[in-house]
Amino acid sequence: MANTGWDEFEIGAMLRTFEGEAGDIAGTRQEDRHYTENSSFCASVADWRIEKPVYNKDFCIDCQFCWVYCPDVSIISRDKKMIGVDMDHCKGCGICVEVCPTNPKSLLMFPEQADEETVIASWPTKEDKEK
Amino acid sequence: MAFDKLELNETEVWDGNHAAAQALRQAQVDVVSAYPITPSTAIVEGYAKFKSDNLVEGEFVMVESEHAAMSGCIGAAAAGGRVATATASQGLALMAETLYQASGMRLPIVLNIVNRALAAPLNVNCDHSDMYMVRDSGWIQFDAFNPQEAYDLNLIAFKVAEDHDVRLPVVVNQDGFLTSHTAQGIHPLSDDDAFNFVGEYKPMNDMLDFEHPVTHGVQTEEDWHFEHKARQHADTMNIVPGKIDAVFAEFEKLSGRKYNQIEEYNMDDADVAVVCMGSSVETAREVAGEMREKGIKAGVVGIRVLRPFPFAKIADVLKDIKAVAALDRSAPGGAAGALFNEIAGSLFNTDSKMLLSGYIYGLGGRDLTKKHLVDLYTELQANADAGKLLTQQQQFIGVRGPKLAFL
Repeated sequence: MANTGWDEFEIGAMLRTFEGEAGDIAGTRQEDRHYTENSSFCASVADWRIEKPVYNKDFCIDCQFCWVYCPDVSIISRDKKMIGVDMDHCKGCGICVEVCPTNPKSLLMFPEQADEETVIASWPTKEDKEK
Repeated sequence: MAFDKLELNETEVWDGNHAAAQALRQAQVDVVSAYPITPSTAIVEGYAKFKSDNLVEGEFVMVESEHAAMSGCIGAAAAGGRVATATASQGLALMAETLYQASGMRLPIVLNIVNRALAAPLNVNCDHSDMYMVRDSGWIQFDAFNPQEAYDLNLIAFKVAEDHDVRLPVVVNQDGFLTSHTAQGIHPLSDDDAFNFVGEYKPMNDMLDFEHPVTHGVQTEEDWHFEHKARQHADTMNIVPGKIDAVFAEFEKLSGRKYNQIEEYNMDDADVAVVCMGSSVETAREVAGEMREKGIKAGVVGIRVLRPFPFAKIADVLKDIKAVAALDRSAPGGAAGALFNEIAGSLFNTDSKMLLSGYIYGLGGRDLTKKHLVDLYTELQANADAGKLLTQQQQFIGVRGPKLAFL
Protein backbone atom coordinates (compact mmCIF):
# COMPACT_ATOMS: atom_id res chain seq x y z
CA MET A 1 0.00 0.00 0.00
CA ALA A 2 2.77 2.44 0.90
CA ASN A 3 4.27 2.17 -2.60
CA THR A 4 0.97 2.29 -4.51
CA GLY A 5 1.30 4.65 -7.49
CA TRP A 6 -1.20 7.21 -8.75
CA ASP A 7 -2.38 4.76 -11.40
CA GLU A 8 -2.98 1.86 -9.05
CA PHE A 9 -6.12 2.76 -7.12
CA GLU A 10 -9.79 3.35 -7.92
CA ILE A 11 -10.69 6.87 -9.06
CA GLY A 12 -12.46 9.33 -6.81
CA ALA A 13 -11.98 10.16 -3.16
CA MET A 14 -13.66 6.94 -2.07
CA LEU A 15 -12.95 3.86 -0.03
CA ARG A 16 -14.74 0.54 0.13
CA THR A 17 -15.83 -0.94 3.45
CA PHE A 18 -15.84 -4.65 2.57
CA GLU A 19 -13.97 -7.02 0.31
CA GLY A 20 -16.57 -8.24 -2.20
CA GLU A 21 -20.29 -8.09 -1.51
CA ALA A 22 -21.64 -7.05 1.84
CA GLY A 23 -24.14 -9.95 1.96
CA ASP A 24 -26.11 -10.48 5.19
CA ILE A 25 -24.11 -7.85 6.97
CA ALA A 26 -26.66 -7.18 9.72
CA GLY A 27 -26.59 -10.87 10.58
CA THR A 28 -22.78 -11.11 10.57
CA ARG A 29 -20.74 -10.25 13.65
CA GLN A 30 -17.97 -7.67 13.26
CA GLU A 31 -15.20 -10.22 13.74
CA ASP A 32 -16.62 -12.32 10.90
CA ARG A 33 -17.04 -9.49 8.37
CA HIS A 34 -14.66 -9.04 5.44
CA TYR A 35 -13.56 -5.50 6.18
CA THR A 36 -11.03 -3.94 3.82
CA GLU A 37 -7.85 -2.53 5.31
CA ASN A 38 -9.36 0.89 4.51
CA SER A 39 -12.28 0.34 6.88
CA SER A 40 -11.92 2.22 10.14
CA PHE A 41 -12.66 -1.12 11.83
CA CYS A 42 -9.12 -2.16 10.88
CA ALA A 43 -7.54 1.00 12.30
CA SER A 44 -6.72 1.29 15.99
CA VAL A 45 -7.36 4.61 17.72
CA ALA A 46 -6.25 3.25 21.09
CA ASP A 47 -3.42 5.78 21.29
CA TRP A 48 -5.97 8.61 21.34
CA ARG A 49 -6.89 7.60 24.91
CA ILE A 50 -5.54 9.22 28.07
CA GLU A 51 -7.95 7.40 30.34
CA LYS A 52 -9.57 4.04 29.71
CA PRO A 53 -12.81 2.46 30.90
CA VAL A 54 -12.40 -0.70 33.01
CA TYR A 55 -15.34 -3.12 33.12
CA ASN A 56 -16.21 -4.93 36.34
CA LYS A 57 -18.69 -7.70 35.59
CA ASP A 58 -19.51 -8.26 39.27
CA PHE A 59 -21.87 -5.27 39.33
CA CYS A 60 -23.17 -5.24 35.73
CA ILE A 61 -26.90 -5.82 35.20
CA ASP A 62 -26.66 -6.02 31.36
CA CYS A 63 -28.91 -3.02 30.93
CA GLN A 64 -27.10 -2.17 27.67
CA PHE A 65 -27.04 1.56 28.44
CA CYS A 66 -23.30 1.72 27.66
CA TRP A 67 -23.86 -0.20 24.41
CA VAL A 68 -26.59 2.23 23.37
CA TYR A 69 -24.69 5.39 24.26
CA CYS A 70 -21.14 4.56 23.14
CA PRO A 71 -20.45 6.91 20.19
CA ASP A 72 -17.80 4.60 18.73
CA VAL A 73 -19.65 1.28 18.84
CA SER A 74 -16.92 0.05 21.19
CA ILE A 75 -19.05 -1.81 23.73
CA ILE A 76 -19.03 -5.50 22.90
CA SER A 77 -22.32 -7.15 23.71
CA ARG A 78 -23.53 -10.58 22.66
CA ASP A 79 -27.14 -11.75 23.12
CA LYS A 80 -27.68 -8.70 25.32
CA LYS A 81 -24.88 -9.78 27.65
CA MET A 82 -22.11 -7.24 28.21
CA ILE A 83 -18.75 -8.76 27.34
CA GLY A 84 -16.32 -5.87 27.50
CA VAL A 85 -14.86 -2.89 25.69
CA ASP A 86 -13.27 -2.89 22.20
CA MET A 87 -10.00 -1.26 23.21
CA ASP A 88 -8.89 -0.75 19.58
CA HIS A 89 -11.71 1.71 18.96
CA CYS A 90 -12.51 3.16 22.39
CA LYS A 91 -11.25 6.75 22.55
CA GLY A 92 -11.72 7.05 26.31
CA CYS A 93 -14.58 9.57 26.24
CA GLY A 94 -16.14 8.18 29.44
CA ILE A 95 -19.76 8.26 28.28
CA CYS A 96 -20.22 4.56 29.15
CA VAL A 97 -19.20 5.34 32.74
CA GLU A 98 -21.49 8.37 32.85
CA VAL A 99 -24.57 6.38 31.82
CA CYS A 100 -23.85 3.24 33.88
CA PRO A 101 -26.73 3.03 36.41
CA THR A 102 -25.38 0.45 38.89
CA ASN A 103 -24.12 1.23 42.36
CA PRO A 104 -21.17 1.02 42.41
CA LYS A 105 -20.72 1.59 38.69
CA SER A 106 -19.70 -1.39 36.55
CA LEU A 107 -17.48 0.82 34.36
CA LEU A 108 -14.99 3.34 35.75
CA MET A 109 -12.28 5.45 34.11
CA PHE A 110 -8.64 4.85 35.06
CA PRO A 111 -5.32 6.12 33.69
CA GLU A 112 -4.35 4.28 30.51
CA GLN A 113 -1.40 2.62 32.29
CA ALA A 114 -3.50 1.30 35.23
CA ASP A 115 -3.42 -2.47 35.81
CA GLU A 116 -6.90 -3.93 35.32
CA GLU A 117 -6.69 -6.64 38.03
CA THR A 118 -5.38 -4.15 40.56
CA VAL A 119 -8.14 -1.59 40.01
CA ILE A 120 -10.85 -4.26 40.04
CA ALA A 121 -9.43 -5.56 43.35
CA SER A 122 -9.79 -2.09 44.85
CA TRP A 123 -13.18 -1.28 43.20
CA PRO A 124 -15.30 1.26 45.16
CA THR A 125 -18.07 -0.11 47.36
CA LYS A 126 -21.78 0.75 47.22
CA GLU A 127 -22.45 4.40 47.97
CA ASP A 128 -25.21 5.34 50.37
CA LYS A 129 -28.02 7.22 48.67
CA GLU A 130 -28.33 10.83 49.71
CA LYS A 131 -31.49 11.49 51.64
CA MET B 1 -43.92 7.02 -12.34
CA ALA B 2 -44.85 7.85 -15.88
CA PHE B 3 -44.13 11.18 -17.49
CA ASP B 4 -45.23 12.73 -20.76
CA LYS B 5 -43.06 13.35 -23.77
CA LEU B 6 -43.09 16.53 -25.83
CA GLU B 7 -43.65 16.67 -29.55
CA LEU B 8 -41.11 19.24 -30.75
CA ASN B 9 -41.16 21.06 -34.06
CA GLU B 10 -38.27 20.69 -36.47
CA THR B 11 -37.44 24.30 -35.67
CA GLU B 12 -38.21 25.75 -32.24
CA VAL B 13 -37.63 29.35 -31.19
CA TRP B 14 -35.68 29.07 -27.93
CA ASP B 15 -33.24 31.25 -26.09
CA GLY B 16 -30.07 29.73 -24.63
CA ASN B 17 -31.60 29.20 -21.21
CA HIS B 18 -34.68 27.41 -22.53
CA ALA B 19 -32.51 25.38 -24.86
CA ALA B 20 -30.45 24.18 -21.88
CA ALA B 21 -33.60 23.43 -19.86
CA GLN B 22 -35.00 21.36 -22.73
CA ALA B 23 -31.76 19.39 -22.90
CA LEU B 24 -31.97 18.64 -19.15
CA ARG B 25 -35.55 17.44 -19.67
CA GLN B 26 -34.62 15.19 -22.58
CA ALA B 27 -31.63 13.74 -20.69
CA GLN B 28 -34.13 12.67 -17.95
CA VAL B 29 -32.03 14.12 -15.17
CA ASP B 30 -32.67 12.47 -11.80
CA VAL B 31 -31.87 15.43 -9.55
CA VAL B 32 -31.66 19.18 -10.12
CA SER B 33 -30.56 20.95 -6.96
CA ALA B 34 -30.62 24.67 -7.64
CA TYR B 35 -30.63 28.23 -6.43
CA PRO B 36 -31.68 31.01 -8.81
CA ILE B 37 -29.38 33.76 -10.05
CA THR B 38 -29.56 36.09 -13.05
CA PRO B 39 -29.05 35.34 -15.91
CA SER B 40 -29.15 31.55 -15.36
CA THR B 41 -32.45 31.32 -13.46
CA ALA B 42 -34.58 30.37 -16.43
CA ILE B 43 -32.69 27.08 -16.87
CA VAL B 44 -33.63 25.62 -13.50
CA GLU B 45 -36.97 27.44 -13.50
CA GLY B 46 -37.67 25.84 -16.86
CA TYR B 47 -36.76 22.42 -15.50
CA ALA B 48 -39.05 23.01 -12.49
CA LYS B 49 -41.88 23.91 -14.85
CA PHE B 50 -41.28 20.70 -16.79
CA LYS B 51 -41.53 18.80 -13.52
CA SER B 52 -44.78 20.49 -12.50
CA ASP B 53 -46.13 19.72 -15.99
CA ASN B 54 -45.24 16.03 -15.56
CA LEU B 55 -42.64 16.17 -18.31
CA VAL B 56 -39.83 14.86 -16.09
CA GLU B 57 -39.78 12.43 -13.20
CA GLY B 58 -36.65 13.72 -11.49
CA GLU B 59 -36.37 15.51 -8.18
CA PHE B 60 -36.14 19.29 -8.03
CA VAL B 61 -34.45 20.37 -4.79
CA MET B 62 -34.79 24.02 -3.80
CA VAL B 63 -31.87 24.92 -1.55
CA GLU B 64 -30.73 27.96 0.42
CA SER B 65 -27.61 28.92 -1.55
CA GLU B 66 -25.43 28.00 -4.50
CA HIS B 67 -23.03 26.28 -2.11
CA ALA B 68 -25.93 24.08 -1.05
CA ALA B 69 -27.06 23.64 -4.65
CA MET B 70 -23.78 22.04 -5.72
CA SER B 71 -23.56 20.16 -2.42
CA GLY B 72 -26.96 18.65 -3.19
CA CYS B 73 -25.74 17.75 -6.67
CA ILE B 74 -22.65 16.09 -5.21
CA GLY B 75 -24.71 14.02 -2.78
CA ALA B 76 -27.14 12.97 -5.50
CA ALA B 77 -24.32 12.12 -7.91
CA ALA B 78 -22.48 10.08 -5.29
CA ALA B 79 -25.74 8.29 -4.55
CA GLY B 80 -25.88 7.31 -8.21
CA GLY B 81 -28.08 9.76 -10.12
CA ARG B 82 -27.85 11.85 -13.26
CA VAL B 83 -27.48 15.38 -11.91
CA ALA B 84 -27.42 18.93 -13.24
CA THR B 85 -27.81 22.53 -12.16
CA ALA B 86 -27.13 26.09 -13.34
CA THR B 87 -25.63 29.25 -11.91
CA ALA B 88 -23.67 32.41 -12.74
CA SER B 89 -21.29 35.00 -11.38
CA GLN B 90 -21.66 35.55 -7.61
CA GLY B 91 -23.53 32.27 -7.33
CA LEU B 92 -20.65 30.44 -8.95
CA ALA B 93 -18.26 32.20 -6.57
CA LEU B 94 -20.22 30.86 -3.61
CA MET B 95 -20.33 27.45 -5.28
CA ALA B 96 -16.58 27.40 -5.97
CA GLU B 97 -15.51 25.35 -2.94
CA THR B 98 -17.85 22.51 -3.83
CA LEU B 99 -16.74 22.46 -7.48
CA TYR B 100 -13.37 21.13 -6.39
CA GLN B 101 -15.15 18.48 -4.29
CA ALA B 102 -17.19 17.37 -7.30
CA SER B 103 -14.21 16.95 -9.62
CA GLY B 104 -11.97 15.36 -6.98
CA MET B 105 -14.73 12.89 -6.15
CA ARG B 106 -14.99 12.14 -9.90
CA LEU B 107 -18.74 12.81 -10.02
CA PRO B 108 -20.33 13.37 -13.45
CA ILE B 109 -22.39 16.50 -12.77
CA VAL B 110 -23.41 18.93 -15.53
CA LEU B 111 -23.30 22.61 -14.56
CA ASN B 112 -24.60 25.35 -16.82
CA ILE B 113 -22.73 28.60 -16.22
CA VAL B 114 -24.45 31.55 -17.84
CA ASN B 115 -21.45 33.84 -17.95
CA ARG B 116 -21.81 37.10 -16.05
CA ALA B 117 -19.43 39.67 -14.57
CA LEU B 118 -18.29 39.45 -10.96
CA ALA B 119 -18.94 42.38 -8.60
CA ALA B 120 -17.85 45.00 -7.65
CA PRO B 121 -19.34 47.05 -9.17
CA LEU B 122 -22.40 44.83 -9.23
CA ASN B 123 -23.30 43.86 -12.77
CA VAL B 124 -25.67 41.29 -14.26
CA ASN B 125 -24.32 41.33 -17.81
CA CYS B 126 -21.92 39.13 -19.70
CA ASP B 127 -18.25 38.70 -19.32
CA HIS B 128 -16.14 35.61 -18.69
CA SER B 129 -14.74 36.38 -15.25
CA ASP B 130 -16.91 33.66 -13.67
CA MET B 131 -15.79 31.13 -16.29
CA TYR B 132 -12.15 32.04 -15.66
CA MET B 133 -12.52 31.93 -11.89
CA VAL B 134 -13.18 28.18 -11.91
CA ARG B 135 -11.07 27.22 -14.92
CA ASP B 136 -8.62 25.25 -12.76
CA SER B 137 -11.30 23.52 -10.68
CA GLY B 138 -10.83 20.18 -12.45
CA TRP B 139 -14.07 20.36 -14.44
CA ILE B 140 -14.25 19.77 -18.16
CA GLN B 141 -15.39 23.08 -19.67
CA PHE B 142 -17.38 23.54 -22.88
CA ASP B 143 -18.29 26.89 -24.36
CA ALA B 144 -21.43 27.53 -26.42
CA PHE B 145 -21.42 30.45 -28.82
CA ASN B 146 -25.21 30.47 -29.41
CA PRO B 147 -28.44 28.85 -28.10
CA GLN B 148 -28.28 25.86 -30.48
CA GLU B 149 -24.86 24.99 -29.11
CA ALA B 150 -26.05 25.46 -25.51
CA TYR B 151 -28.66 22.78 -26.25
CA ASP B 152 -26.31 20.42 -28.08
CA LEU B 153 -23.46 20.75 -25.59
CA ASN B 154 -25.71 19.91 -22.64
CA LEU B 155 -26.58 16.56 -24.21
CA ILE B 156 -22.93 16.01 -25.13
CA ALA B 157 -21.85 16.97 -21.60
CA PHE B 158 -23.80 14.14 -19.93
CA LYS B 159 -22.41 11.56 -22.33
CA VAL B 160 -18.81 12.69 -21.79
CA ALA B 161 -19.09 13.15 -18.02
CA GLU B 162 -20.77 9.82 -17.32
CA ASP B 163 -18.32 7.71 -19.35
CA HIS B 164 -16.73 5.35 -16.81
CA ASP B 165 -13.25 6.20 -18.10
CA VAL B 166 -13.98 9.91 -17.62
CA ARG B 167 -16.19 10.40 -14.55
CA LEU B 168 -15.52 14.13 -14.39
CA PRO B 169 -18.06 16.95 -14.06
CA VAL B 170 -18.69 19.21 -17.05
CA VAL B 171 -19.43 22.92 -17.27
CA VAL B 172 -21.40 24.22 -20.23
CA ASN B 173 -20.75 27.95 -20.58
CA GLN B 174 -22.94 30.35 -22.51
CA ASP B 175 -22.91 34.15 -22.58
CA GLY B 176 -25.32 35.82 -20.18
CA PHE B 177 -28.17 37.60 -22.01
CA LEU B 178 -26.27 37.63 -25.34
CA THR B 179 -26.94 33.90 -25.63
CA SER B 180 -29.12 33.03 -22.65
CA HIS B 181 -31.86 35.53 -23.47
CA THR B 182 -31.55 35.70 -27.26
CA ALA B 183 -34.23 33.58 -28.95
CA GLN B 184 -33.10 31.90 -32.13
CA GLY B 185 -34.28 29.10 -34.36
CA ILE B 186 -33.15 25.81 -32.83
CA HIS B 187 -33.22 22.35 -34.32
CA PRO B 188 -33.79 20.03 -31.37
CA LEU B 189 -33.58 16.26 -31.41
CA SER B 190 -36.75 14.31 -30.68
CA ASP B 191 -37.15 13.26 -27.05
CA ASP B 192 -36.34 9.65 -27.95
CA ASP B 193 -33.31 10.50 -30.08
CA ALA B 194 -31.91 12.83 -27.43
CA PHE B 195 -32.34 10.33 -24.60
CA ASN B 196 -31.00 7.44 -26.64
CA PHE B 197 -27.95 9.55 -27.46
CA VAL B 198 -27.25 10.36 -23.81
CA GLY B 199 -28.22 6.83 -22.79
CA GLU B 200 -29.39 5.27 -19.54
CA TYR B 201 -27.32 6.40 -16.57
CA LYS B 202 -24.80 3.76 -15.62
CA PRO B 203 -23.92 4.07 -11.93
CA MET B 204 -20.35 3.66 -10.68
CA ASN B 205 -19.31 3.37 -7.04
CA ASP B 206 -22.79 4.60 -6.11
CA MET B 207 -23.79 4.83 -2.48
CA LEU B 208 -27.16 3.21 -3.22
CA ASP B 209 -25.38 -0.03 -4.16
CA PHE B 210 -25.89 -1.58 -0.73
CA GLU B 211 -24.00 -4.74 -1.66
CA HIS B 212 -20.83 -2.63 -2.05
CA PRO B 213 -20.82 0.01 0.69
CA VAL B 214 -18.53 2.92 -0.16
CA THR B 215 -17.35 6.04 1.61
CA HIS B 216 -17.20 9.12 -0.63
CA GLY B 217 -15.29 12.32 0.06
CA VAL B 218 -12.54 10.84 2.22
CA GLN B 219 -9.62 12.74 3.69
CA THR B 220 -6.05 12.22 2.54
CA GLU B 221 -3.04 14.21 3.65
CA GLU B 222 0.51 14.36 2.32
CA ASP B 223 0.43 10.59 1.98
CA TRP B 224 -2.24 10.25 -0.77
CA HIS B 225 -3.63 13.63 -1.87
CA PHE B 226 -0.94 14.12 -4.54
CA GLU B 227 -1.58 10.73 -6.14
CA HIS B 228 -5.33 11.45 -6.40
CA LYS B 229 -4.71 14.83 -8.04
CA ALA B 230 -2.12 13.30 -10.36
CA ARG B 231 -4.59 10.61 -11.45
CA GLN B 232 -7.27 13.21 -12.09
CA HIS B 233 -4.94 15.33 -14.21
CA ALA B 234 -3.62 12.31 -16.11
CA ASP B 235 -7.16 11.19 -16.98
CA THR B 236 -8.10 14.74 -17.97
CA MET B 237 -5.09 15.07 -20.26
CA ASN B 238 -4.83 11.51 -21.62
CA ILE B 239 -8.37 10.17 -21.78
CA VAL B 240 -10.83 13.08 -21.91
CA PRO B 241 -9.82 14.66 -25.28
CA GLY B 242 -10.35 11.40 -27.16
CA LYS B 243 -13.68 10.79 -25.43
CA ILE B 244 -14.85 14.30 -26.29
CA ASP B 245 -13.93 13.76 -29.95
CA ALA B 246 -15.77 10.42 -29.98
CA VAL B 247 -18.93 11.94 -28.52
CA PHE B 248 -18.69 14.90 -30.91
CA ALA B 249 -18.49 12.42 -33.81
CA GLU B 250 -21.47 10.44 -32.55
CA PHE B 251 -23.46 13.63 -32.16
CA GLU B 252 -22.62 14.69 -35.71
CA LYS B 253 -23.86 11.36 -37.01
CA LEU B 254 -27.17 11.92 -35.23
CA SER B 255 -27.71 15.64 -35.81
CA GLY B 256 -25.48 16.66 -38.70
CA ARG B 257 -23.91 19.28 -36.45
CA LYS B 258 -20.15 18.96 -36.13
CA TYR B 259 -18.29 20.11 -33.02
CA ASN B 260 -14.54 20.40 -32.53
CA GLN B 261 -12.33 21.17 -29.55
CA ILE B 262 -11.39 24.34 -31.38
CA GLU B 263 -13.69 25.80 -34.03
CA GLU B 264 -11.74 27.11 -37.02
CA TYR B 265 -13.16 29.70 -39.42
CA ASN B 266 -11.25 30.69 -42.56
CA MET B 267 -8.03 29.48 -40.96
CA ASP B 268 -6.64 27.41 -43.85
CA ASP B 269 -4.86 30.32 -45.57
CA ALA B 270 -5.17 32.99 -42.87
CA ASP B 271 -2.40 35.52 -42.19
CA VAL B 272 -4.05 37.00 -39.10
CA ALA B 273 -6.44 35.43 -36.59
CA VAL B 274 -8.57 36.20 -33.58
CA VAL B 275 -8.96 33.63 -30.79
CA CYS B 276 -12.00 34.19 -28.58
CA MET B 277 -14.96 32.57 -26.83
CA GLY B 278 -18.71 32.99 -26.47
CA SER B 279 -20.95 35.01 -28.72
CA SER B 280 -17.94 37.10 -29.80
CA VAL B 281 -16.88 34.17 -32.00
CA GLU B 282 -19.86 34.77 -34.27
CA THR B 283 -19.19 38.53 -34.48
CA ALA B 284 -15.54 37.82 -35.28
CA ARG B 285 -16.50 35.34 -38.01
CA GLU B 286 -18.70 37.96 -39.68
CA VAL B 287 -15.94 40.58 -39.56
CA ALA B 288 -13.31 38.07 -40.72
CA GLY B 289 -15.41 37.47 -43.84
CA GLU B 290 -15.64 41.19 -44.50
CA MET B 291 -11.89 41.67 -43.97
CA ARG B 292 -11.24 39.19 -46.79
CA GLU B 293 -13.06 41.58 -49.14
CA LYS B 294 -10.54 44.22 -48.06
CA GLY B 295 -7.65 41.93 -48.87
CA ILE B 296 -6.82 40.88 -45.29
CA LYS B 297 -6.72 37.11 -44.89
CA ALA B 298 -8.50 36.97 -41.55
CA GLY B 299 -9.47 33.88 -39.58
CA VAL B 300 -11.15 33.04 -36.28
CA VAL B 301 -10.48 30.32 -33.72
CA GLY B 302 -13.27 29.74 -31.22
CA ILE B 303 -12.39 27.81 -28.07
CA ARG B 304 -15.04 25.08 -27.75
CA VAL B 305 -13.25 23.11 -25.03
CA LEU B 306 -11.54 25.36 -22.49
CA ARG B 307 -10.57 22.43 -20.24
CA PRO B 308 -8.74 20.25 -20.96
CA PHE B 309 -7.15 23.05 -22.97
CA PRO B 310 -6.41 21.86 -26.53
CA PHE B 311 -2.73 22.85 -26.50
CA ALA B 312 -1.65 20.73 -29.47
CA LYS B 313 -4.59 21.76 -31.62
CA ILE B 314 -3.99 25.45 -30.85
CA ALA B 315 -0.30 25.09 -31.66
CA ASP B 316 -1.14 23.31 -34.91
CA VAL B 317 -3.70 25.83 -36.16
CA LEU B 318 -1.71 28.92 -35.18
CA LYS B 319 1.86 27.89 -35.93
CA ASP B 320 1.94 29.45 -39.43
CA ILE B 321 -0.29 32.46 -38.68
CA LYS B 322 1.63 35.73 -38.77
CA ALA B 323 -0.27 37.71 -36.13
CA VAL B 324 -2.78 36.43 -33.58
CA ALA B 325 -5.01 38.28 -31.11
CA ALA B 326 -6.09 36.59 -27.86
CA LEU B 327 -9.39 38.11 -26.72
CA ASP B 328 -10.01 37.82 -22.99
CA ARG B 329 -13.38 38.93 -21.60
CA SER B 330 -12.23 39.07 -17.99
CA ALA B 331 -10.32 41.62 -15.94
CA PRO B 332 -6.84 40.13 -15.88
CA GLY B 333 -6.06 41.19 -12.30
CA GLY B 334 -2.41 42.08 -12.74
CA ALA B 335 -1.44 39.54 -15.39
CA ALA B 336 -1.84 38.76 -19.06
CA GLY B 337 -5.25 37.43 -20.04
CA ALA B 338 -5.83 33.70 -19.53
CA LEU B 339 -6.26 32.94 -23.23
CA PHE B 340 -3.11 34.95 -24.00
CA ASN B 341 -1.20 32.82 -21.52
CA GLU B 342 -2.59 29.50 -22.76
CA ILE B 343 -1.89 30.35 -26.40
CA ALA B 344 1.60 31.61 -25.56
CA GLY B 345 2.19 28.38 -23.61
CA SER B 346 0.96 26.31 -26.55
CA LEU B 347 3.47 27.83 -28.99
CA PHE B 348 6.40 28.87 -26.81
CA ASN B 349 8.66 25.87 -27.39
CA THR B 350 7.85 25.58 -31.09
CA ASP B 351 9.42 27.06 -34.23
CA SER B 352 6.41 29.32 -34.74
CA LYS B 353 7.19 33.00 -35.37
CA MET B 354 3.59 33.98 -34.59
CA LEU B 355 3.17 37.48 -33.14
CA LEU B 356 0.74 37.32 -30.21
CA SER B 357 -1.10 40.27 -28.72
CA GLY B 358 -3.74 40.23 -26.00
CA TYR B 359 -6.93 42.25 -25.85
CA ILE B 360 -9.17 42.78 -22.82
CA TYR B 361 -12.72 43.53 -23.98
CA GLY B 362 -16.39 43.51 -23.14
CA LEU B 363 -16.25 43.65 -19.35
CA GLY B 364 -19.64 43.84 -17.65
CA GLY B 365 -21.53 43.38 -20.90
CA ARG B 366 -19.82 46.15 -22.89
CA ASP B 367 -20.49 45.39 -26.58
CA LEU B 368 -17.76 44.09 -28.81
CA THR B 369 -18.68 45.92 -32.03
CA LYS B 370 -17.77 45.07 -35.60
CA LYS B 371 -15.80 48.34 -35.68
CA HIS B 372 -13.64 47.07 -32.78
CA LEU B 373 -12.86 43.92 -34.72
CA VAL B 374 -12.18 45.73 -38.00
CA ASP B 375 -9.64 47.91 -36.17
CA LEU B 376 -8.22 44.84 -34.46
CA TYR B 377 -7.71 42.88 -37.67
CA THR B 378 -6.18 45.98 -39.28
CA GLU B 379 -3.76 46.22 -36.35
CA LEU B 380 -2.88 42.52 -36.67
CA GLN B 381 -2.18 42.95 -40.40
CA ALA B 382 0.11 45.90 -39.60
CA ASN B 383 1.98 43.69 -37.11
CA ALA B 384 2.24 40.95 -39.71
CA ASP B 385 3.54 43.36 -42.35
CA ALA B 386 6.10 44.85 -39.97
CA GLY B 387 7.19 41.43 -38.73
CA LYS B 388 7.02 42.66 -35.14
CA LEU B 389 4.47 43.90 -32.60
CA LEU B 390 3.70 47.57 -33.19
CA THR B 391 1.59 47.77 -30.04
CA GLN B 392 2.08 46.72 -26.46
CA GLN B 393 1.18 43.10 -25.71
CA GLN B 394 -1.95 43.88 -23.71
CA GLN B 395 -4.55 46.44 -24.80
CA PHE B 396 -8.00 47.32 -23.55
CA ILE B 397 -10.61 47.86 -26.24
CA GLY B 398 -14.00 49.55 -25.93
CA VAL B 399 -13.21 51.35 -22.67
CA ARG B 400 -13.68 55.14 -22.33
CA GLY B 401 -10.78 57.42 -21.45
CA PRO B 402 -7.11 57.49 -22.46
CA LYS B 403 -5.75 54.46 -24.34
CA LEU B 404 -4.90 51.60 -21.96
CA ALA B 405 -2.02 49.33 -22.91
CA PHE B 406 0.50 47.29 -20.92
CA LEU B 407 3.36 44.85 -21.13
